[in-house]
Amino acid sequence: MRKGLTAFNYISLILGFSFLYIPIILLIIFSFNESRLVTVWAGFSTKWYGALARNQSILDAAVVTLKVALMSSTLAVVLGTMAGFSLSRFRRFKGRTLFSAMIFAPLVMPDVIIGLSLLLMFVAMGIDRGIVTITLAHATFSMCYVAVIIQSRLSSFDRSIEEAAMDLGCPPLKTFFLITLPVIMPAVVSGWLLSFTLSLDDLVIASFTTGPGATTLPMRIYSQVRLGVTPQINAVSTILIGIVAVGVLIASILNRRQEMQRMRNERMAADNA
Amino acid sequence: MPDTAGDTPNAPRARRGVLRALIERHGRKGAIAVPYLWLVVFFLVPFLIVAKISLSEVRIAIPPYGPLLDVVNGAVVGIRANFNNYTALVGDALYWKSYLSSLEIASLSTLLTLLVGYPIAYAMARAPRNRRAVLLMMVILPFWSSFLIRVYAWIGILKDEGYLNHLLLGLGIIHQPLNILHTYSAVYIGIVYSYLPFMVLPLYANLEKMDWSLLEAAADLGCAPLKAFWKITVPLSMPGIVAGCFLVFIPAVGEFVIPDLLGGSSTLMIGKTLWVEFFNNRNWPLASAVAIVLLLFLVGPILLFQRLQARHAERNG
Repeated sequence: MRKGLTAFNYISLILGFSFLYIPIILLIIFSFNESRLVTVWAGFSTKWYGALARNQSILDAAVVTLKVALMSSTLAVVLGTMAGFSLSRFRRFKGRTLFSAMIFAPLVMPDVIIGLSLLLMFVAMGIDRGIVTITLAHATFSMCYVAVIIQSRLSSFDRSIEEAAMDLGCPPLKTFFLITLPVIMPAVVSGWLLSFTLSLDDLVIASFTTGPGATTLPMRIYSQVRLGVTPQINAVSTILIGIVAVGVLIASILNRRQEMQRMRNERMAADNA
Repeated sequence: MPDTAGDTPNAPRARRGVLRALIERHGRKGAIAVPYLWLVVFFLVPFLIVAKISLSEVRIAIPPYGPLLDVVNGAVVGIRANFNNYTALVGDALYWKSYLSSLEIASLSTLLTLLVGYPIAYAMARAPRNRRAVLLMMVILPFWSSFLIRVYAWIGILKDEGYLNHLLLGLGIIHQPLNILHTYSAVYIGIVYSYLPFMVLPLYANLEKMDWSLLEAAADLGCAPLKAFWKITVPLSMPGIVAGCFLVFIPAVGEFVIPDLLGGSSTLMIGKTLWVEFFNNRNWPLASAVAIVLLLFLVGPILLFQRLQARHAERNG
């Protein structure tokens, strides 16, 4: 079989990755620009980061965003794990079709529709809007992503281990916590991380479901961006990109280590057999 | 374990036992019921409320819509449900133009995303096995960073005095700055850029499993590479193409952030129209009707996509 890439393959990769990364790289570079004009380079400076540290409205928005992201992703993981487990383990129950449709629909539904419908419900129920309502909204769409991740992980999981535990007298709940949960833990963690970033990222649903006093970071950035490009927004963006990059790096290192551990265990098991 | 509770040491333990027995007994029901009820309350009921409000009249009040039923002393004396909001959608050119232009922008940008994404996915699938994980990571990484920030980054590039015009003027390719920001071209660029991973990932997953010896067999039998690509690679990667196109098209139809930031005031997209109707004009019933009709446009593609996914999962599982 032919090895290696053709010139066409290389060009596709280089152009493709340039397209993906150049905007982000320019954004980062110009966050260190001395000039107020974002597009003209006038020397290295970290003054926009200093301005950011004194910008109370941005800091407040960051705190709101973190609170919402932490609470909603935790809620989403609990609900999503239950949903994913139910879908993959209980083949038949009343309303299963509706349940799986409700899990799937928020993944493809436009944000404006989800946001509008939740807001109209909160208004109809007379619920005051703020951090709590954003958290409920975020937990709802994030749990669907978690459910899909958990379900696909469970479908490749050897059920006989669970059955063996139960045959030996382990009650179902204990079986879940002692056997199933540790095995699907990587999926639970990546589900949590995905929910967390989805929540950090969301502008549209948060704008609909928020109330006075609860402005998230994307909402704050959005209202400033509409007024024009400012170096302070470049600085916020750079910090956010940095946090995500470090997070993804740690997650992939952990993942790799676990994978290697598993391979070692399998080799040992094979040697002993 | 020493118990410090005093004279009724067994009471808390017994209660815990009852709770555990309850969970053991009803665990299965609970695992289904809790997320099920959650989705009914926070997903299904809100839609019914939107449908209800889309049939009511706009009012200058808080909340700004009228009741559907006239109730006097607990008895219904009149029904006020009407389809005025829907007839307004048909009657006013703004709305159906928004729908049409959303569908057009979403279709064309899906096609463009496929044209940009296919060569990338193809090259990734042909790369040596040990490099593939890194390439995959590089596609996913921008996807993890904020969508809003990635759209914002393009404003700096596409502005009249932005990086692109600086570069092209500096190289002497153009003598007048190109006007790209606040046009439809900027919206296309924004959508292709933001949704590229949604196209590349399913295509790559599909191409990665392809049996490349088929191409060699075709070459041995005298088939030209390009013809082999059309006759073999493209048909075999059809599931990936279809999945990628759905994953780009469906969210692109309702897109709000990209047309608003890159397209400016002149671009019409239905997600933006809904937003303006809701927040600026405060016409909640009409905004609800816009949402219901948008949903009707999307139900077909969404159901089709779900069926294809289910069939795919069945074949692989």
